[in-house]
Amino acid sequence: MSGHSSFQSNNAIVKWIEYRLPIFSFVNEALVVYPTPKNLNYWWNMGSLAGVMLVVQIITGVVLGMHYTPHADLAFDSTEHIMRDVNYGWLLRYMHANGGSMFFAVVYIHIFRGMYYGSYKAPRELLWWLGIIIFILMMATAFMGYVLPWGQMSFWGATVITNLFSAVPILGETIVAWLWGGYSVDQPTLNRFFSLHYLLPFVIFAVVFLHLWALHVHKSNNPLGIDIKGPQDTIPFHPYYTVKDLYGMGVFAIIFAWLLFFAPNLLGEPDNYIPADPLVTPTHIVPEWYFLPFYAILRAIPDKLFGVIAMFASLFILFVLPWLDTSKVRSARFRPVYKMLFWAFFVDCLVLGYIGGQPAEGIFIVIGRLGTALYFLFFLSLPFIGWFERPRKLPASISTAVLESHGGGGTPDGAAAKAEDRG
Amino acid sequence: MTDSTGGDGHDPSRRDFLYVAAGGLGAVGAAGFVWPLVVQMNPSRDVLALSSIEVDLSGIELGQSITVSWRGKPVFIRHRTEAEIEVARAVPMDDLPDPESDEARAQKPEWLIMVGVCTHLGCVPLGQQGEYNGWFCPCHGSHYDTSGRIRKGPAPLNLAVPKYVYLDDNNVKIG
Ligand code: HEM
Ligand code: FES
Repeated sequence: MSGHSSFQSNNAIVKWIEYRLPIFSFVNEALVVYPTPKNLNYWWNMGSLAGVMLVVQIITGVVLGMHYTPHADLAFDSTEHIMRDVNYGWLLRYMHANGGSMFFAVVYIHIFRGMYYGSYKAPRELLWWLGIIIFILMMATAFMGYVLPWGQMSFWGATVITNLFSAVPILGETIVAWLWGGYSVDQPTLNRFFSLHYLLPFVIFAVVFLHLWALHVHKSNNPLGIDIKGPQDTIPFHPYYTVKDLYGMGVFAIIFAWLLFFAPNLLGEPDNYIPADPLVTPTHIVPEWYFLPFYAILRAIPDKLFGVIAMFASLFILFVLPWLDTSKVRSARFRPVYKMLFWAFFVDCLVLGYIGGQPAEGIFIVIGRLGTALYFLFFLSLPFIGWFERPRKLPASISTAVLESHGGGGTPDGAAAKAEDRG
Repeated sequence: MTDSTGGDGHDPSRRDFLYVAAGGLGAVGAAGFVWPLVVQMNPSRDVLALSSIEVDLSGIELGQSITVSWRGKPVFIRHRTEAEIEVARAVPMDDLPDPESDEARAQKPEWLIMVGVCTHLGCVPLGQQGEYNGWFCPCHGSHYDTSGRIRKGPAPLNLAVPKYVYLDDNNVKIG
């Protein structure tokens, strides 16, 4: 807030470095005095958790890479070698495999948080875009990582997903052969996937940097969705949010540790402990849980090209969300119609996730189609909602709302805000 | 633009030409650099070289199928029964999403040779299953008939017939 001048030090070494590379004032601005809305709830913990998970994936991944062999004849065995022979290899691999799941869980909550509180709206559209780009890069990274152990699910998942591109008119087959480096998923595919799986997390790291840069321009949104109007609306990031983030990390670590030590294969597929066989497809192939809603949308459409288009559309429609939503009010707290639709959308995503994991037959097909229709209807209804919805009255400022809700009295608005603040 | 560049005595069109020429050359250079980076991902020469196999059919009894591996993909070779051939040949073309006669798909009617890769997203269909008693793909539910033609489900095309020639009565070369 007060610019570069707010950082002071008497330490000679610090001053020497600071004069040449102002890194101390940079950290001070970004993580210490950084003014943060005083009313953030726990849904705002997910960003720092996602950052931690990216680092965990990179550290465990680099170490796995020291023992793993990206060769069609050796990959499966080298993964088992990590599990059985390498010191703590089982721990590192389970951390990395379940870490991927925890990473996605956190990022999904982070995205739903953004949707509920309207964080994608002006002036945060680019921040939102960078987030979606990170999400897409994560999907690519996790998909290629899952191919590496070269089990049956690895192989057939890779086959089905790369074949999505064969739906492209005319060029389809050429693109797929280019992705494979052959006539089927094979050694060249595995080798390049390893190379890219190693690379992409660092690309993600760079995009996270841009994401945070954009964040720090207009600062965090908040549960009320109203702008910061002055210093009375904010508190410094340190110690208030450093402590809150650390507390969140503790709770998160307990959940992660439970998964890691008590149910490390809960989210995995037993078929992936069978070595890849290019001549036999497992009877029931499913992607990892975090891809299931999109997989359900792919299968809901009984036409190859349109199924693929619908699947990509369900992801890319997030980019236009800031313009589809025409309401000026950000937070769903003040938008009764949007709030209902949001929860319907949330449930719909869970239903699609469930359907994606079921065989494509009977009633599941019907539910999958309905769920897909609802998914897109949610987005397409937003321009109209913004037009006819009567939002509730916004508080004058963050600080007045906070004081009101903690002063005991208050309006129905204040009461609602209070209940949710504790969430 | 004309004002400011004209002001210091240079000919603006000449300067524009230099910008465009330098930029254009740079773009060509960049494309020349990117091209090898892109095509290196295409199948390499050793992969392209391994492209045909020979199969001995004598051991396959009537009503049996075998799966052989060709270019990393399964190829189904089925010794079809009379009934299967008849059913396949009786289907009117209008019932087929990807119309193709059984005669065009099997050089000798009793031997059906095709790539065992579902034309939807590439799984390997299961033989003698599905609503048409041909092949059924469990991945997303595509049904193929006794000629390997798509009848129902998301797959757009019939199971592909690879190029093959009979070397003699019992041996066939695929690819
Ligand atoms: C965005 C961060 C990352 C995500 C989401 C991710 C995800 C995954 C997933 C889901 C798997 C399959 C796990 C299994 O079922 O066995 C995997 C495997 C692997 N990953 Fe990553 N990864 C990330 C970063 C990295 C990095 C930076 C490296 C560095 C080399 C790496 C190296 C590996 C290796 C060697 C394997 C194969 C061994 C194994 O399957 O456990 N990963 N990754
Ligand atoms: S891959 Fe066969 S139906 Fe989808």
